[in-house]
Amino acid sequence: MQPTSFLFRENVSKALLDTDLQTALYRVDKNFTSRRTAAVTALPEFDALRDDAVRIKDHTLAHLDLYLEKFEEKVVANGGHVHWAATPDDAKRIILDLCQSAGARTVTKGKSMIAEEIALNPYLEAHGITPVETDLGEYIIQLADEPPSHIIGPAIHKTKEQVSDLFVEHHRQYGKTQRLTEGVDLVAEAREILRPRYLAADVGITGANFLIAETGTSVIVTNEGNGDLTQQLPRTHIVIASLEKIVPTLEDASTLLRVLARSATGQQMSVYTTFSTGPRRADDPDGPHNYHVVLLDNGRSKLLGTEFQDILRCIRCGACFNHCPVYGSIGGHAYGWVYSGPMGAVLTPTMIGIDEAHHLPSATPFCGRCEAVCPMRIPLPKMMRHWREQAFDKKLGGSRHRLTLRTWAWLAQRPALYQRLSRIAVRYLAWRGRPLGRMHDLPFAQGWTAARDLPAPQGRTFSEQWAARQRRARP
Amino acid sequence: MGGTAAKGAAVSVRDAILADIRGALGPRHDAEARDTVAARLKAHKRNVIPARSAVDHAHRTQMFIEQITATHTTVTTVVDGAAVPAAVAAFLKQHNLPAAAVLAPDIADLGWESHPLLQTRTGVPLESDQVSVTGAFAAIAETGTLMLTSGAGSPITLNLLPDNHVVVLRRSQITGTLEDAWDALRAAQKPAASAMPRTAMFVSGPSSTADIELTMYLGAHGPRRLHIVLVED
Ligand code: SF4
Repeated sequence: MQPTSFLFRENVSKALLDTDLQTALYRVDKNFTSRRTAAVTALPEFDALRDDAVRIKDHTLAHLDLYLEKFEEKVVANGGHVHWAATPDDAKRIILDLCQSAGARTVTKGKSMIAEEIALNPYLEAHGITPVETDLGEYIIQLADEPPSHIIGPAIHKTKEQVSDLFVEHHRQYGKTQRLTEGVDLVAEAREILRPRYLAADVGITGANFLIAETGTSVIVTNEGNGDLTQQLPRTHIVIASLEKIVPTLEDASTLLRVLARSATGQQMSVYTTFSTGPRRADDPDGPHNYHVVLLDNGRSKLLGTEFQDILRCIRCGACFNHCPVYGSIGGHAYGWVYSGPMGAVLTPTMIGIDEAHHLPSATPFCGRCEAVCPMRIPLPKMMRHWREQAFDKKLGGSRHRLTLRTWAWLAQRPALYQRLSRIAVRYLAWRGRPLGRMHDLPFAQGWTAARDLPAPQGRTFSEQWAARQRRARP
Repeated sequence: MGGTAAKGAAVSVRDAILADIRGALGPRHDAEARDTVAARLKAHKRNVIPARSAVDHAHRTQMFIEQITATHTTVTTVVDGAAVPAAVAAFLKQHNLPAAAVLAPDIADLGWESHPLLQTRTGVPLESDQVSVTGAFAAIAETGTLMLTSGAGSPITLNLLPDNHVVVLRRSQITGTLEDAWDALRAAQKPAASAMPRTAMFVSGPSSTADIELTMYLGAHGPRRLHIVLVED
């Protein structure tokens, strides 16, 4: 997709005024966070599992080349094929070739963020192949022609009424003319429409939550079972995965699964966790005849050994989104690209460049909730700070913003002057805020006071109070 | 890459990526690193295992039933394999389903003929089949999960296409954890070279979705109902 991250401010203004979106975001906050908390509290070993999960990924990343080679060897030994793609273009071309040599007219797709990252659907369409999204959320946003707004709930921004409208518009061609208002009927209609598409598809494309080096296996996790139908019914199963999805053994995948579903939806296990190894065996009565894995780099190998390496531990659980006050206020689309939330604020600049995406790592109050809930203990705030430094060094951001930062830095390096000025400022503001204790408007702070009052400081500066307290504490 | 990746360049893209990774990882003792990786892949070492699964077999069964019934799955217990067809017939009746089912070859020898009112067929499901009956490879008490593997006797689409899925599970198949199930799988597969079946599905309930306003609905694409007939053995 064409990034709009550069227009972050405009996107945010729109998002804040979108009442449907605000209702949806309230729902995310209310549901996901409490479910995660309940699931995590119910498992005393959760933190120990997180530590193991981090160790597994760090070890794997330190030997990434070797585990990828092993993985390839095992896939081939089981009758499958591995294709390496350095760039999104490589990956798209490989997948198109595979589809064309399978004589494919339609392909079904399970949910895959990598397919979104490389913008696979428009590419296939441009070459005469119809991709059909089968995850209900992905199906809805495909009908709406929108990008996903959350990595595990792509259509969480849509209301039931909007889904009804989309179904009326797009299902008329199948003879469905009645407008449905109940969720259960909408789900049933989508099921009815998609069932024949699974059966008709020549190729099924899925993502992978994990790849296992020990056995040459790809793993997907769903609640709907759509990823299973997608890969079992067509003759050819193509897996598109980025190369950091690899883990050494089945035991390691099991540990990661224990933290994944709990962090994502508060389930212990998702409904379907499926391990796929090669094509159907000689005496298997069903399953795909061909199995291909497309391994995508897209700049990830370049992150190894840098201050951004830890983002490669990410297992795309979405917990950082659900706990982020910024995401919770603006939703996913405002970030202007495929990945959003705190994870997207770190990852997106690696893919579309910090010039385009410098607003994203700036939009944070550094509250640290994302890092606190991340099952992989990824230091997201620290990495956002690294991006901000780079953005400053590259002179990105407005000149006024830069001047403010520079002035502040100059002052901060002169503590005596800084304290003197802040003492004056605090007293001035306290005087100005009388008698209400708050101000309706203040020069240089209209961004704040245009919409709400600014509370006036009470008492003295922090340094003064600290010094006074130290004096009192001394006998 | 785009147009620059010439025909036959697949190998070189691979090598370029691996070289990029090695470059980024920096210098290391290569033989040592290879030994570390080989040893780790062979060892099947377990990481932290939640303590709650470390109980005796009776409690494990109880834990399994408690966990899986919490995810909209129903369970009936029967004394032996011969009692399975009657239990399936009762399930169909209870839900007003036609008395017909497609069976996995694995469980086709449970004396289905003795129930002439129950129409059965063995093999892969057709679009019109409403009910499938399959076996299971194992079950996991820790999370209330069935492990279903593909093979000649267990077509994988039986677990997915029909609206109602009945699983015949023997009590002795209930293990504690995923790791126990992997060990059982490794022991069961004869040629050690290919330890995995084409598909190993872990199923914890009927198909569901929360993609509309985060409300849960059952029967998104896979079975709407999941029923377990647990055989004492
Ligand atoms: S960064 Fe952490 S919390 Fe966020 S999606 Fe990735 S693993 Fe989950």
